[in-house]
Amino acid sequence: MVPLDEGPTHLKDRHQTTSHEIERYAGLFAKRTRHMRSSAMRDLMEITARPDVISLAGGLPDTSSFPPETFAAITDKIARRSCASALQYGPTEGFTQTKECIVEVMAAEGMRADIDDIVVTTGGQQAIDLVTKTLIDPGDVVICEAPTYPGAVPTFCSYEADVIQIEMDSEGMRVDLLEETLARLDREKRRPKFIYTVPTFQNPAGVTLSAPRRSRLVEIARERELLVLEDNPYGLLRYEGEPLPPLHALDGGEYVIYLGTFSKILSPGLRLGWVTAPGPVLSKIKLGKQAADLCSSSLTQQFVELYFEEGRWRRYVQDLCGIYRQRRDAMLDALAEFFPREAEWTQPGGGLFIWATLPDFIDTGDLLAKALREEHVAFVPGSAAYVDGRGGSSMRLNFSGADVDGIVEGVRRIGKVVNEQIALFSTFAGPERRTETDRRAPETQPAPPEDAAPLADVVELPRRGGERRAQGS
Amino acid sequence: MTPRRVALLKGGPSLERQVSLRSAARVEDALERLGVDFVSIDVGRSLVDDLRASAADVAFVALHGRGGEDGTVQELLEIVGMPYTGSGVLACMRCMDKVLTKHMLLEEGLPTPDFFAFSEIAFKELGAGEALPAIEERLGFPVVVKPAAQGSALGIKFARSAADVPEALIAAFSYDDRVLLERHVQGRELAVSLLEDEDGVRALPVVEAIPEQEYFYDFEARYEIGKTEFLCPAELPDDVASRAHDLAVSVFRLLGCYGFARVDMILSDDDELQVLEAQAIPGLTDTSLLPQAAEAAGIRFEQLVEKMLDQALARKAAPATAG
Repeated sequence: MVPLDEGPTHLKDRHQTTSHEIERYAGLFAKRTRHMRSSAMRDLMEITARPDVISLAGGLPDTSSFPPETFAAITDKIARRSCASALQYGPTEGFTQTKECIVEVMAAEGMRADIDDIVVTTGGQQAIDLVTKTLIDPGDVVICEAPTYPGAVPTFCSYEADVIQIEMDSEGMRVDLLEETLARLDREKRRPKFIYTVPTFQNPAGVTLSAPRRSRLVEIARERELLVLEDNPYGLLRYEGEPLPPLHALDGGEYVIYLGTFSKILSPGLRLGWVTAPGPVLSKIKLGKQAADLCSSSLTQQFVELYFEEGRWRRYVQDLCGIYRQRRDAMLDALAEFFPREAEWTQPGGGLFIWATLPDFIDTGDLLAKALREEHVAFVPGSAAYVDGRGGSSMRLNFSGADVDGIVEGVRRIGKVVNEQIALFSTFAGPERRTETDRRAPETQPAPPEDAAPLADVVELPRRGGERRAQGS
Repeated sequence: MTPRRVALLKGGPSLERQVSLRSAARVEDALERLGVDFVSIDVGRSLVDDLRASAADVAFVALHGRGGEDGTVQELLEIVGMPYTGSGVLACMRCMDKVLTKHMLLEEGLPTPDFFAFSEIAFKELGAGEALPAIEERLGFPVVVKPAAQGSALGIKFARSAADVPEALIAAFSYDDRVLLERHVQGRELAVSLLEDEDGVRALPVVEAIPEQEYFYDFEARYEIGKTEFLCPAELPDDVASRAHDLAVSVFRLLGCYGFARVDMILSDDDELQVLEAQAIPGLTDTSLLPQAAEAAGIRFEQLVEKMLDQALARKAAPATAG
């Protein structure tokens, strides 16, 4: 249980790697590692961390807004009050006091949860992993949105899930297409295990599942006795409009597994999230967690507990909303100013992301190389949010991690490389080719006029390419 | 000849930064095992100062891609007066630029697939778009579209029909302002690594790359363990292996390479060898081909590093004629 002291990690006398050994290691790899996707893109993404790069790629909350004096006061209190237990292992399911804070956060979004129904996890990411580990055998079906949270893709792939993605529009996942897909799976005698969704301010698309679709999704789960994994990191980061009930609140937690996190409302460095699930599922998740890491950090759980004791957490979330609202507005304005007429983008009422779609002939993976090389700016290429190679002409833009000036300048630079590629493309088309490219060109929807009505809570998710993109899988 | 102290140049701002860091990590291990004193420099704005402050008597250039492999860093090393591993300025420029490489091959009568090259300006200002149909007709499909100056297969696309060409061009132009369209030669992908010592240049055993995916050995496959199968030595008839060796040595000399290099070629289905490109600074990562080839020739990685350093120091004594 306690790892042996392995000495300094930079130990250099480890023996040589030869190609023979590479083959040997490759021979030892589990089959599932073949499904663990890695890529050139990851190498490019690492360059985005260069200090001279304006990165709109990450999903980083602005932790600089957290008052250092509060941090100091809390850690000081831990030292005085509970030093030994903060440094000790804790219960697998998490401390009761931390779970009481979780109950409070869930209540703020209209959910009722019992502390016995909660397992504290190491970030929301671990909850996705544990749920998948608990439910998925190789080849089992997981249904999710198209595009989906890029961080969930490697998790599903590592358990060899068969991932089916359902198109979205301005009201979130197309529940009609979901039903069609479920019917098709029935005919094929395949039963999906769960539907993964980020219903509110979705990552990466920024759209929100509408109220009627929420009700219908919960009904479908009930009718078919299917589980829904509701991932809700952004629900409290709302910049306008009235909140919609989480799926968990509609269903009472019978078929909905709910996943929350402190990452976006407090700090991702704490690595604390949670999951609530129907009893039998939760017992398995607990066993899975025991195997994975025994327990989440006692130290950071106590940090949360003491922070909540001060009762300022709602104020802090309000502060964050103020900051992010301003940044979102700056990004939307910059997109309208610097992106070409052919581009489209979502207008999220909350969360951290905007999803922009360019003409089909631009691959945003290659565009990222140009953007990094010539303009020192980064975004997430859309294909990261798909398992099937779609999304190639879309990109995810984050507006929480950079300040307003950085956002405007970053969008200006991306707009510049996009415009260059569009101008270049137009020069390739000879007369006979032009018909071809016209056919391929997207039906463009003009960018919203500057004097548009106040942003709706839920807005159009641009879709394009007709059939190709409309297919559910 | 043992260097007193090595400046290991790594990282840098190129798109192949991560590959360079992986190459350099292996070289660092090797230098430690060899007991050679070294300082690692992540190349950036302070490179010249860092080199001067390093008190090194030789530089090991473990950089790939733009800046590190195209003659830029080599030029700076010349100015600072520090001998360095691998090819000189001119040879680096020739290898980095696939179009230049191919023109030189053609002029020398060495085999390379048919191609046409264009700059962005040709399209923007000279109406090159109008020439595309004629080019496509001459090359036939599929056609390979490549940025002129990018290693590691980034930005290389296959166009299976005329409709794919504009998109492939846009992708390739994301990496460079010049691209080439090349006839696709169906066949086996071979890599011949070359190593030079006081006795001259010798070709190491041929490595064959067998991609898992259809068609192409992409960037991802090139660096991830278990994605591409490498056969070393490649199973080739003796005469083919010997032709590949001779061809690679000719390319090495033609381009004026020094110390080491790698020449990538295709053995077409009708048994012809065609040169695709030459790498002035081939990768030295765990999955890279030069170290595998060296190993097949009985040269362990640290011996390889030692030989590279020896050649660098030998050049200081007697400057190479070419490059």
